[in-house]
Amino acid sequence: MTETNTRTPAPAFLETYIREQRKKKAILLMTHIVMGYPSFDACFEIVRQMVDAGVDLMELQIPFSEPMADGPVILKANQAALDSGATVEKCFEFAQKVSDRFDIPFLFMTYGNILYKYGMDAFAARMSEIGVKGAIVPDLPPEEANDYLSAMKKHDLSAVFIFSPETSDQRMKMIDTHATGFIYCLARKGVTGKETQFSSDMGNYLARCQKSTRLPTAVGFGVKEKADIDFLMGKADIAVVGSQTIREVAQNGVNATGPFIRSLIE
Amino acid sequence: METINATQIANHFMKGRYMKHRGYYGPFGGAFLPEILVATFEELDARFRQAKADKHFWEEYETLMATYSCRPTPLTYAENLTRHFGGAKIYIKREDLNHTGAHKANNVMGQGLLVKRMGKKRVIAETGAGQHGVATATMAAKFGFDCTIYMGEVDVLRQRPNVFWMEQLGATVVPVTDGTRILKDAINEAFRDWVTNMDTTHYVLGTACGPHPFPEMVSWFQSIIGKEARAQIMKAEGRLPTKVFACVGGGSNAMGLFQGFMDDPVELVGVEAGGEGIASGRHASRLCSDDASFGIAQGYKTYFLQNSDGQMKETHSISAGLDYVGVSPILAHMHDQEKARFEYATDTEVVDALKLTMRMEGIIPALESCHAFAGAFKEAANMSTDDIIIINQSGRGDKDIFTVADALGDPKWKEFICAKAGEYKND
Ligand SMILES: Cc1ncc(COP(=O)(O)O)c(C=O)c1O
Repeated sequence: MTETNTRTPAPAFLETYIREQRKKKAILLMTHIVMGYPSFDACFEIVRQMVDAGVDLMELQIPFSEPMADGPVILKANQAALDSGATVEKCFEFAQKVSDRFDIPFLFMTYGNILYKYGMDAFAARMSEIGVKGAIVPDLPPEEANDYLSAMKKHDLSAVFIFSPETSDQRMKMIDTHATGFIYCLARKGVTGKETQFSSDMGNYLARCQKSTRLPTAVGFGVKEKADIDFLMGKADIAVVGSQTIREVAQNGVNATGPFIRSLIE
Repeated sequence: METINATQIANHFMKGRYMKHRGYYGPFGGAFLPEILVATFEELDARFRQAKADKHFWEEYETLMATYSCRPTPLTYAENLTRHFGGAKIYIKREDLNHTGAHKANNVMGQGLLVKRMGKKRVIAETGAGQHGVATATMAAKFGFDCTIYMGEVDVLRQRPNVFWMEQLGATVVPVTDGTRILKDAINEAFRDWVTNMDTTHYVLGTACGPHPFPEMVSWFQSIIGKEARAQIMKAEGRLPTKVFACVGGGSNAMGLFQGFMDDPVELVGVEAGGEGIASGRHASRLCSDDASFGIAQGYKTYFLQNSDGQMKETHSISAGLDYVGVSPILAHMHDQEKARFEYATDTEVVDALKLTMRMEGIIPALESCHAFAGAFKEAANMSTDDIIIINQSGRGDKDIFTVADALGDPKWKEFICAKAGEYKND
């Protein structure tokens, strides 16, 4: 592979990368896969097609047996991946392969226990070694994140935190002081993979999010078609498409990935 | 009080508390919450603190339990079992005599009063054995709340009578088909409902687990067991017991009993599900086996039965209510501090304890509770006749008729079920 600027250390890297990309595009696209679902080989092909179609960042989910914040689609993908033998080690190997091969930043998404069992520091060291730029861990709010934050900081990784419509302004500011890279704004209540109303209410909420952070913002949960992404332009820096790509692959096969992504951004 | 806005209360109580560790018992506990639920938990915590500080709340709770749920429950002297073992005097704390037949009512009615204060109109709950589900359904009926119960598909099958009653009481029972399809999966599903509907809905968690303040709150409501038991034994015997025994699923009935004797020279013994034996790997013993390790799941930190990657394992127990991967962070801390001792009883020992108790005392403990009986029976004979033990009978066993009939291989029951099935087929 060619040594690219994605090798620059995060967290400065991730934020800088997003701001640079934004000079070229009105909104960036981040996608989500569950590693090992439907198989690691299929995942590799999905990533290849996504990058080829112009995805700017990717979340690689390490499957967990108790994915509390995930809805039916991602929950089933987590289970299927574990049932077919996905392990944390295999996920690291996969992440290394894609980050060596493709020139976009990759992040891990998983639950606290996966990092905790591996050892916070060892986990962060391994991330840094294989070139993964940051992590989103929905069950580690800042109050419970001391060890996680010091490990991420030590290894120059971005710790992405979450804003929700229920988060007060005051709390958003507190979260912002701990976050690096970008802020992940939940489009609504609930779990992943359900319907979302892209309305003026959401516009107000997203303005509140932008005002409360010094970082770029990403919006996820229920983003599934071009109209949603168009709505988010000017209101956020990154649109996140999660469950819908998993649905596409389940319904139309791996080769539907590229065309689906193109339909979102063209 | 309803005019004070919940966020204001939360702000008042939470002032300056950001980044401070909340709800920790040594290294156990915490609140590993998805961001979307943080505000809901702040409100719940604030309301709970308010109730805990208000002695009228506890009085209202005791009155409700006395008039609706048969409290104080008796402490029964088990004369025949005492004679049979020839050692310690055996007393049984009769939580089975609560309305709906288990200690679960204590927690549920307490949380129900809190829900009324919060002004919410819908309750959800997980259930394993179905006892907590039935208790929640009765509370919802009494207080006029909508009610949805999440129950693993495996448990729906093994606790059908309770499913029937929940539905008759007006609750919607949702069988959970994900994961291992038992208690932990029902908890995940209840959380998924809550992150969507928290504005209108309270999640009545059924045991002393989960994110702060649940372990503390559930234990507080259950402490009524230990308070009564201590007063009752002092009245009956004029002295404290040597040991008290309780079964441990999530840990709520054990916490309830233990709290009565926390500052006393009384040995606290928790009995976990040994399933088919620790060596078989098919069990749910988190504190007394080496198979569990420190982890974070379902919003809290404790000992979990998990593999080296941190994936939760399948558990096994003859009793649905003890068939759980985690355990109360408060008990985990008491275990590490050696403030309580933890043992296990196997499925076989449990059925033997049930048979003996039925024959000797005319009492039918739930299979969950039979773990405490089995644990006590192993020790009673080796104690002196001056010793006293109390066994917490957390629930009554008639709900387990299908499981027990299978375990006993009762031919007449089988015949009856076949005949009944035949009748339905002809309908
Ligand atoms: C009768 C009975 N006892 C005990 C338990 C275990 O729960 P805990 O450990 O919270 O008391 C249950 C749970 O369903 C139960 O129904």
